[in-house]
Amino acid sequence: MFDDMYRENILDHSRNMRNRGLLEPADIDFEATNPLCGDRLRLTMRVDENNRIVAVGWDGEGCAISQASASMLGERILGMTLEEARQITKEDIFEMLGISLSMNRIKCALLSLKALKVGAYGLADWQRMQNEDEE
Amino acid sequence: MTQMDRLYPYDVKAVRADFPILAHEHHPGVPLVYLDNAASSQKPRQVIEALDEYYRTYNANVHRGVHKLSEAATMAYETARIKIKKFINAPSRRQIIFTRGTTEGINLVANTWGRANLRPGDVVVTTVMEHHSNIVPWQILAEQIGFTLRFVPVLPDGTLDLDEYARLLREEPVRLVTVMHVSNVLGTINPVADMARQAHEAGALILVDAAQSAPHMPLDVQALDVDFLAFSGHKMAGPTGIGVLYGKRELLEAMPPWMGGGDMISRVTLEGSTWNELPYKFEAGTPSIAQAIGLGVAVDYLSALGMDKIQAHEHALTEYALERLAEIPGITLYGPDVAQRAGVTSFTLDGVHPHDIAQILDSVGVAIRAGHHCAQPLHDFFGIPASARASYYLYNTFEEIDALANGLIKARMTFAL
Repeated sequence: MFDDMYRENILDHSRNMRNRGLLEPADIDFEATNPLCGDRLRLTMRVDENNRIVAVGWDGEGCAISQASASMLGERILGMTLEEARQITKEDIFEMLGISLSMNRIKCALLSLKALKVGAYGLADWQRMQNEDEE
Repeated sequence: MTQMDRLYPYDVKAVRADFPILAHEHHPGVPLVYLDNAASSQKPRQVIEALDEYYRTYNANVHRGVHKLSEAATMAYETARIKIKKFINAPSRRQIIFTRGTTEGINLVANTWGRANLRPGDVVVTTVMEHHSNIVPWQILAEQIGFTLRFVPVLPDGTLDLDEYARLLREEPVRLVTVMHVSNVLGTINPVADMARQAHEAGALILVDAAQSAPHMPLDVQALDVDFLAFSGHKMAGPTGIGVLYGKRELLEAMPPWMGGGDMISRVTLEGSTWNELPYKFEAGTPSIAQAIGLGVAVDYLSALGMDKIQAHEHALTEYALERLAEIPGITLYGPDVAQRAGVTSFTLDGVHPHDIAQILDSVGVAIRAGHHCAQPLHDFFGIPASARASYYLYNTFEEIDALANGLIKARMTFAL
């Protein structure tokens, strides 16, 4: 499991975050944190007149999973419309990372998605997604 | 006996054999190296068997039953209370209140003594290094009552700024000092006997959070002269869900009750109720009977080894750990030198986030803790969002510390550092 989690892929993305660097100006700017472990991700995005994401800029620090997730997610949403990006689910993130995550690391993996969901669509959207999981 | 064996004050192999979980493989072919004792400790089979025996042979509710089972359960429960009284040298078993843990003990004092005695304008002193359980209840109460909460700062070496402590006592109307005996992050041993004396001279009471000291060193509440002391069973080889609050007799007698219900009353009418005597005034409802009995057995187990020997063992381990950890490139260790420290070592590693450190260590069988360890203000002071923490107990060995160090080297290699 260890070799899975710290695959080249994850390490590469976490240490060379794609689209690192905050955008100025930005249409969307939101910082998500995981106070339990100190992961932090700030997402800035620019959209064109068709609501297509034309630029993504991250800043953040934290564990390899959270940073890798941000790097990969940023690459994926570049070029999507806001509506398309809104459809991205937790399962998509897990698949994107391609590793099995223990319960305690799920929050790390989803921090990037939280930044996107809350930043672009508001807290209600994120909370609705969270509630869908509750038993 | 090997060279290493000579270094242990007791037969560590025999002790380890008493703890069933230590024989487990963490992953196939990878033995468990359990270094997360500040979070919770493992249990010897004697404690596990005591729980089993209670449920299997004499389970019944305590205090009111006349039948044989209830008498046996009551006897075992109250015997456990007496064991704890002796363990911390309390004057009377009536001053030993069973709780669910340290957090509950502190909340009990805040909501009974605190609510009855604190007024706007009063000051309660705590510290920047506290566990949230010794900050948040006071913040909540301060909001409700209007007293001021002040924090003794931490110095860069991880000890308390005792000059500032003295100044606060001198210049502010301090009614209560509430402080941890041992830091669950830094391992710092605070000079609580001195701090108690100073508090009393200034007319203040002192509550000591002994969660990280009661399991690891001899405690004498009379020698320390503390007014309240709280600790948890699960951190001292006892079951989860049980803890102890000790208080001075006159304080406990004067305090209003905590939870209301059965057992804590003397007489209940529709018009009102009168309270039971100590300690039952503060033990409403059916207690955690099995768990209290289990804690009593844990106390027996630790006492048989000797708390001074356990402390000496951990001291040697901690000294070795600090040496080995300091050798690792890019490591930052937090906390004082080993002379002022109990068996907790927290650190950060350049280029590897604590979560990732913990994950990689887990893969080689080493269990540590990563995060803020319920001490966010302390981490804010050091300017770090999280740290990795290894903490030791009576059953750990020098070889296990080698495994920790090797795991950290592997973590560096994984991140190509």
